Amino acid sequence: MILLLALLILVPAAAAMLRRNLVHSALLLVLSWAGLAAFYLWSGAEFVAFAQVLVYVGAVSMVVLFAVLLTRQNPDRAAPPDAAARLRAGAAVLTAAAVGAVIGHAILATPLPAAAGAPPVLTVRQLGLELMGRHAGSLLVIGALLTVALLGAVVLAAAEPGEKPGGKP
Amino acid sequence: MTLSVQHLWLIPALPLAAAAVGAVLPRSGRVPAASAAIAAMGAAFVLSCLALNGALADPARHAVHNFAWFDLGHGAVMLGWLLDPLTAFMCVMVTFVGLLIFVFSLGYMRDDPHFARFFCFLSLFAAAMLGLLVANSLLLLFICWELVGLASYLLIGFWFHRPAAAAAAKKAFLTTRLGDLGFLLGLLWLYDSAGSLLFYDAGRGVLESGVLAGLTAQTVAGGLALSTAIGLLLFCGAVGKSGQFPLHVWLPDAMEGPTPVSALIHAATMVAAGVFLVARLYPLMAADQALAAVPVHALTVVALIGAVTALLGAVIAVAQDDIKRVLAFSTVSQLGYMMLALGVGAWTAAIFHLLTHAFFKALLFLGAGSVIHAAHHEQDIRRLGGLRTRLPATYRTFVIGMMALAGVPFLFSGFWSKEAILHAAHGWTVSPLPLWAGLAAVALTAFYMTRLVAETFFGSPRSPAAAHAEESPAVMRIPLVLLAGCAILLGFLGTPAWPWLQARLAGAPLHGSLEHLFEGGGLMLLSIALVGAGIGLGWRFYGRRPRASAAAADPLAAASPTLMAALAARLGCDEFYAATVGRLHALAAAVADGLDRWVLGAAVSGVGLLGQFGGVVSRENDEGALNGGFDAAGAGLRGAGRSYARAQTGRVHGYLRALAVAFVVLGLVLLAGGVP
Amino acid sequence: MSPLHLCLLLSTGLFCIGLAGALSRSNAILVLLGIELMLNAANLNFIAFWRYGPAPSAGAGVVFVIFTIAVAAAEAAVGLALVIALHRHRRNLRLPEATRLKG
Repeated sequence: MILLLALLILVPAAAAMLRRNLVHSALLLVLSWAGLAAFYLWSGAEFVAFAQVLVYVGAVSMVVLFAVLLTRQNPDRAAPPDAAARLRAGAAVLTAAAVGAVIGHAILATPLPAAAGAPPVLTVRQLGLELMGRHAGSLLVIGALLTVALLGAVVLAAAEPGEKPGGKP
Repeated sequence: MTLSVQHLWLIPALPLAAAAVGAVLPRSGRVPAASAAIAAMGAAFVLSCLALNGALADPARHAVHNFAWFDLGHGAVMLGWLLDPLTAFMCVMVTFVGLLIFVFSLGYMRDDPHFARFFCFLSLFAAAMLGLLVANSLLLLFICWELVGLASYLLIGFWFHRPAAAAAAKKAFLTTRLGDLGFLLGLLWLYDSAGSLLFYDAGRGVLESGVLAGLTAQTVAGGLALSTAIGLLLFCGAVGKSGQFPLHVWLPDAMEGPTPVSALIHAATMVAAGVFLVARLYPLMAADQALAAVPVHALTVVALIGAVTALLGAVIAVAQDDIKRVLAFSTVSQLGYMMLALGVGAWTAAIFHLLTHAFFKALLFLGAGSVIHAAHHEQDIRRLGGLRTRLPATYRTFVIGMMALAGVPFLFSGFWSKEAILHAAHGWTVSPLPLWAGLAAVALTAFYMTRLVAETFFGSPRSPAAAHAEESPAVMRIPLVLLAGCAILLGFLGTPAWPWLQARLAGAPLHGSLEHLFEGGGLMLLSIALVGAGIGLGWRFYGRRPRASAAAADPLAAASPTLMAALAARLGCDEFYAATVGRLHALAAAVADGLDRWVLGAAVSGVGLLGQFGGVVSRENDEGALNGGFDAAGAGLRGAGRSYARAQTGRVHGYLRALAVAFVVLGLVLLAGGVP
Repeated sequence: MSPLHLCLLLSTGLFCIGLAGALSRSNAILVLLGIELMLNAANLNFIAFWRYGPAPSAGAGVVFVIFTIAVAAAEAAVGLALVIALHRHRRNLRLPEATRLKG
């Protein structure tokens, strides 16, 4: 089961990073995020799975698609991969492989507890009590952070005063 | 062999898998997309037949399989599957008609560049529709209901580059959403008062007597029983989906979609979902019948809306010139019949008519599709004509469909199901209106169908497209022939002499004998006479002296121009809505805009000014007292910063790579040195 | 290998894919998406340790993931607003050319 989920998560993610068409990348990432939601569901964390679906599959993907469409360039302006880009890609894969090797080695070298029993049960009610009880302070901070981020995003993306509404500087 | 209720989910899951396959295939994957869709539908048909076989073994039983969807702490949200004869008959009908329409689409959509996408959407629709049928929870039913609406939106707007199609898709979506709002409110209210949304759950389900007794015991505003209020809210959803007056305006426009879509969704299956909903919730809708002291019974409203719709649809259909729009209004009218039957208490007759209607209306729409395909997308019956000899197979099957719809006696299925409804309406004591509306619609239906056939197939071709029409390929003709066979044979499952279908649906023992065949003979004779009059008048106006050219005036329009013009404009419903609801929306939007701009905007500006004031105060503080010390520290930091700045290339990738390399080095050091 | 090992390796794979994407692609949107994938890998770790850890009833892992998702959503919103601002100023999204902020 986990191997199946891994396939569902990793393959679209890798494909998304390789595609040249940004819309395809975004849609493939939606698939990958949905796979993650399935993983959470399988682990017994239903609430996180729903949050993942709502936030990533629903909202972030829409924001990404909007960004893609708003910043769409003429096809002829998209530069073909040049030597510098190829060099960068090679270096990137090497770096990522090194990071992966280090982490992977660390994981395999660590003795971890063997398989647990049934998935733990954490009802939405318990979670709500946790959030409003022990973690109430953090929840407030997160709320403030989200508000500030929202305002910041609006300020950043808003047209500047001298600019025409069409966004053509 | 039977399909047990635990495995009932396979029936919707198969088309869903086909839709998923179709979604990931590239545009060139035409063959795999279509074969996956057709194979899934075929398999679903076989499974539905097995399920029907199981359900018929004990028709009175509602086999259920419930499970928790997710846990809320105080209980769980439950979903489930339900298998009874109603579900099983509907599944068999949807999968069989769907399969034939899928095959027909192979021919009809052959030249479309988005062939694979079309089959993906069709499969999605089939999955949602079948999910709606097997649901044992109003919540699951609602989810599938909305999915069906989505698929319908996608398919009406399939040719979205045509503005009319895009507008029709939007109109259909928004109009049905209006009804769904009522559905959602009813659903929430029901959950609040009953504590469950399962239909059958060992005595705790909302359709079982214990809960229903609780619902009828309470009253809400105006003395309505609680069950009446909830039932009427849920009925709003059915009004929207089934194109009942006053929300019928979207259905004729939905004909902008490809013709197989019109046949599958807007004639045979989806629009019948509203009827299915009311039939499924029949115990809830009928729960208030025993109460005498209520202002209105839920079923009375259903019957009256159905009667109005049946008559209205038939009247408007008389004046339409587009072959698909005539059929669309006849669908509106026939759906009104079904609602009427539900309202007068004959829900088995309503389902009987639903099943026969699905077959003959799918046949008529596919026949219309065949005509349109042959005549190079000419849909105006004034410009067709003379196709009888050019399209013999289409002509024969279309006439069978027309006779079934018109209710030509004894041989055709539409006759028996319509008789069952009229018989039930005759026995209804509350009001004679449904019976009269039904009888008037019988004559009108026979009249406009005769007109349609005479204009399309008789006379001489009135346009080059009609003159050069060629018969459609076999892949389109075979579904027509199969559907025509069903349009005849299906009627014999529910004749008064042997009401097998009704008995199985109701889970009652079967009493049949030949003496019952002509039960209610006077009414039957009257309706036969009306059918004869309708066909005779239609033939007299349109068949005997066929229209000479496309521009020639309609004989009825010559007799009464104002009436026909009003009917052709569909009695101005759309204009009326644009003038009232549309204006109201514009007004609400203007009010909201003003509120946003002047009230909220002013508040935000006020807060901003306050902040500015604070800033001025603190600047005075700063400049006077604090700056001196910081200036000195700043000079020192600037020197240090300049030396670090050389490492700042401004390249984001460089920073990120440095992070990763540093991490690797750290990891290697830790691994080599051993974790402390 | 225990399931926990597998989960951790899965998250490592996701992290490396995100890292490689963020490092190799020049388009700012894809770099952001790579970073999102790395955040997702971290979430996956939290859930895995919560699921197989010694005290799953505590729920701290799940709460942490909820917070991370909220932060990631904020990050995505700000990041994509930055992308749009970048596009407006430079008419393209190629990060290697966006070096005006160097010291």
